Amino acid sequence: MSIVVVIDSADGTIKKGSREAVSYATQMGGDVIALALGDAPENELASLGKNGASKVITVAGEFHSIQEAATAVAEVMNNVGADTLVLAQSAKASAIGGRVAVKQGASMASNVVALPDTANGFSVKTSIFSGKAFANVSLSKEKKILVVSKNVVDIKEDGGDAVVEAGSVNIPDADKNITVTGQEKASGDVLLTDADIVVSAGRGLKGPENWGMIEDLAKALGAATGCSKPVSDMDWRPHSEHVGQTGIKVAPTLYIAIGISGAIQHLAGVNSSKHIVVINTDEEALFFKAADYGIVGDAFEIIPQLTEAIKAL
Amino acid sequence: MKILVCITHVPDTTSKISFTEGDTKFDSTGVQYIIGPYDDYAIARAVELKESNGAAITVLNVGGVETEPTIRKALAIGADEAIRVNAAPADSLFVAQQIAHVAKDGSYDLILMGRESIDYNGGQVHAMVGEILGIPSISPVMKLEIEGSKAIMSREIEGGKEFLEAELPFVAGCQEPIAEWKIPNMRGIMTARTKPLNVVEPVSEDAAVTYGTYEMPAPKSGVKMASSVDELVDLLKNDAKVL
Repeated sequence: MSIVVVIDSADGTIKKGSREAVSYATQMGGDVIALALGDAPENELASLGKNGASKVITVAGEFHSIQEAATAVAEVMNNVGADTLVLAQSAKASAIGGRVAVKQGASMASNVVALPDTANGFSVKTSIFSGKAFANVSLSKEKKILVVSKNVVDIKEDGGDAVVEAGSVNIPDADKNITVTGQEKASGDVLLTDADIVVSAGRGLKGPENWGMIEDLAKALGAATGCSKPVSDMDWRPHSEHVGQTGIKVAPTLYIAIGISGAIQHLAGVNSSKHIVVINTDEEALFFKAADYGIVGDAFEIIPQLTEAIKAL
Repeated sequence: MKILVCITHVPDTTSKISFTEGDTKFDSTGVQYIIGPYDDYAIARAVELKESNGAAITVLNVGGVETEPTIRKALAIGADEAIRVNAAPADSLFVAQQIAHVAKDGSYDLILMGRESIDYNGGQVHAMVGEILGIPSISPVMKLEIEGSKAIMSREIEGGKEFLEAELPFVAGCQEPIAEWKIPNMRGIMTARTKPLNVVEPVSEDAAVTYGTYEMPAPKSGVKMASSVDELVDLLKNDAKVL
């Protein structure tokens, strides 16, 4: 059996989620082949071997459309005789997987949170209802596609270097059917979806002019900044920072919620976090029930103190 | 322009999630059903496009008779007609095949749906429909304007957004801030009652996955309250070991 894992990178670095996905595939057993589409950090590719990949195949191209990516992935799967595709959760992973599933006649599961159970067929545990429950899903087709959530496995670091080779795939022009006219980076130095620590604030901050102290705390922690839906709806912060059911879903090691009451729609975006800290003036705030650590008090006093204490560590 | 908007019929976002029959079935007792929030953005944008550019909107749901009140709500918001494919939505591929079948018959210029459903969160259906029909699938779309045969969009990418253009037809998975959710007005609710809601039987297709048992997450062991910032830092450092 061989498994193809799609590698994502940003700003010249392979994403942590992709290294987790390679480690996940390695634990499944079988020959793991990493596939890097488009711009990839050449000097880092061989190091995917440490995570368990035996080979890295690169395919040059722009890959603006999901169709191009899916065509390339399906062709590489055919070329190497793969029966399984693993992708790390991202804005486009399930879309690429969905198109490949149709091309390959594969069974597919998104939001996978554990290694497969192969004792009786092939089933995986997946997160559903925005993290409020789990489902055990059986994949009955011979070919399988898994989109794996963050923090499911530890990154394996003990392998050797992988062989890197350029693959060639034939992508029809008809698949290149999207024209990208520009990009806009989200504000902040740390990417919200990848951050190990997220500092998020809500209406309790009273106005957009008070976000300086949130940014200071985030900077001290090396964290990304997030916000609640009301805050982005009022344009205090950009939509790209909205964490919750209909916004960004995060799964950091540490999530710090400041002046956020903890509506169920917000919790749906953060309930995969490992540790949750809630800072709120209202001791009855719903969020404390979902938190691991809490402190009742005024954010305007606590946050500057917390920032100083962290800088002093 | 003909727009097909695919909607899901899902538990309200505030619903208590629980399971029954030996954790093999979702317990719908006392649960309020709504149009999926992302699909609600799709229908809202379709209605805005109808107002600005002129369009005929068909709303589609794959589900049993119990989804008809949800479909009527979409008609009340401004869709012109509805199709219900009379089948339980077994999995993403099954649903995508039903949508693609309807779409082939209707020759739509634009197929809109949410980026994902909020019950199973698969985020696969728009891509599968695009692949079956051999047209682009673009998601998550945050802005959508139509100029002639071309769409001008922005979509979320990792770490920001991207501006793009594509020729119709295609499938788009929608998310905020593509439009403001619309609340049906009384006139909409009245006219929705007489708008056509056609029930069609599914094309027979196999599901590729089956759902076995369901589980609830382990409950939180209880919040540890700090009485000072120093105590909080100590907890994060020595208890959580994250600093």
